[in-house]
Amino acid sequence: MEPVAIIGVGQTVFGSNRKDQTYADLVYEATTAALADAELTIDHIDNIVTASNDFFDGRTISSMAVGDACGAAFGNGKSISTVEGDGSFAALYGFSRILSGSYETTLVIAHSKSSEGDLRLLTNAFFDPLTERSLGLDWVSAAALQARVFLKEKNISNIQCGNVVVKNRASGAKNPKAHVRKPLTIDEALRSPLLSAPLKETDVCPSSDGAAALILAKESFARKKSPHPIWIRGMGLCADAPFGERNLAESKALRLAAQKAYQMAGIDQPTKQIDVVELSEQFSYQELLWMEELNYQNSSRVNLSGGCLSAHAWIVSGLARMIEASLQLRGQASNQAANVKRALAHGQYGLCGQSHSVWVLEN
Amino acid sequence: MVQKNRLKRSDFIFIESGEAFQPFQYSVGKEGSRFFTELRDHKKFFGLKCPSCKKVYVPPRKVCGPCFKTMEEWVEVGPMGTLSAFTILRFPFIDPETGEKKPVPYGYAFILLDGASTQFQHFLKVDPDWPPTIGIRVKPVFAENRQGKLSDILHFEAA
Ligand SMILES: [Zn+2]
Repeated sequence: MEPVAIIGVGQTVFGSNRKDQTYADLVYEATTAALADAELTIDHIDNIVTASNDFFDGRTISSMAVGDACGAAFGNGKSISTVEGDGSFAALYGFSRILSGSYETTLVIAHSKSSEGDLRLLTNAFFDPLTERSLGLDWVSAAALQARVFLKEKNISNIQCGNVVVKNRASGAKNPKAHVRKPLTIDEALRSPLLSAPLKETDVCPSSDGAAALILAKESFARKKSPHPIWIRGMGLCADAPFGERNLAESKALRLAAQKAYQMAGIDQPTKQIDVVELSEQFSYQELLWMEELNYQNSSRVNLSGGCLSAHAWIVSGLARMIEASLQLRGQASNQAANVKRALAHGQYGLCGQSHSVWVLEN
Repeated sequence: MVQKNRLKRSDFIFIESGEAFQPFQYSVGKEGSRFFTELRDHKKFFGLKCPSCKKVYVPPRKVCGPCFKTMEEWVEVGPMGTLSAFTILRFPFIDPETGEKKPVPYGYAFILLDGASTQFQHFLKVDPDWPPTIGIRVKPVFAENRQGKLSDILHFEAA
């Protein structure tokens, strides 16, 4: 298999209400940033994969609204496709397209604006209208059920969850792209008001507006054109049973996705062999749960960017993790670790992490 | 023994969504905000011109898709235009912003505003003394009380 490289990355600043920008404008900002980062123009890009969700965007086939903004204007001869799900799943689609041999360079772009809709109503609509929706669950209350069973099964305390918040918020404070840039003490975390027990306000990620873009290339193109290629050495994607039909205290899907990625990359001791990890934790307990399934024990090397607890735009977050992991490998991260040779990035989508992608990246 | 399901057609149950709604506050962005402000305050149409292909987009947008270039040059267009396509509707629609039913018949049109390169879409006045045809000249009729949205124009009519 000819390796595939990440040759360009771009992110908007994540914020709670980017009124000045339509979501197409956010896409344009991230796309032009990724092209500049790769030292390329749109003419070098031969196909495009976008990630979006019609419900979040408040219109059907919402990817149509960002075509011009990501250089996919009709008539320019570029193949464009859309993924409804996390941006890291769109990256898998782009990765596969390059592996097919039909394409040299793929632009992967994801966007969402939480500020435009009502997140409680939108995520309530994730549930089955026949048996669940009228009971009023949303993404936070569903996660509270997962937190309850996971914390009990693994005997994890509030303080351990609070420490995740404190750690990620301290890192996020250093990240100029982050949405929440205010560090937090463990006392503040523990005294934060309950939202849906056991989840407190500070256990929940912010809801951000933002976009992220990634440019993938086949090896021959990357070696010729890229000043800083990052190589994809392993990846795995796995979808679990729906919410309500699986054991929420574990994530078999993440475990299997990680196994595939580790096998591809030749990793048998993740904690020893992976220098930094970027996780998609929508809630503090999820960082602990995902680390468990990734078999990764060194929390001080997890989410140096601040993770989702510092910035979280739906659809975008997994792609943002791949970007932050790439920046660590390039030595250009806002909270740079020393000697990073191998990084892991993780994306998830669905209620309580129904589907997961795992990426092993090297410089 | 297996018991057969003997439900009659009328016994099937449905779940109504009731008064379910999904509100949005769509950002119009910088370019769209300027467009609607000019419409509201000065009854003027402004578009953005691509520096590369010179196409003028009305309503404006930030980027010319085919050229992938940022547009920053504002151009006043219209208010007169040419009718490019139209239909007269005989069934009503519920305005999603007001919840009110639009009386029929009403016309819907593509209008090429003078100086613009893109079709502007709006209502067309239905007038028995004036049967519309493609290519005729039209002008906008503005609302008295304008709020910075599409309904600041009531409709277009024969010029
Ligand atoms: Zn142009």
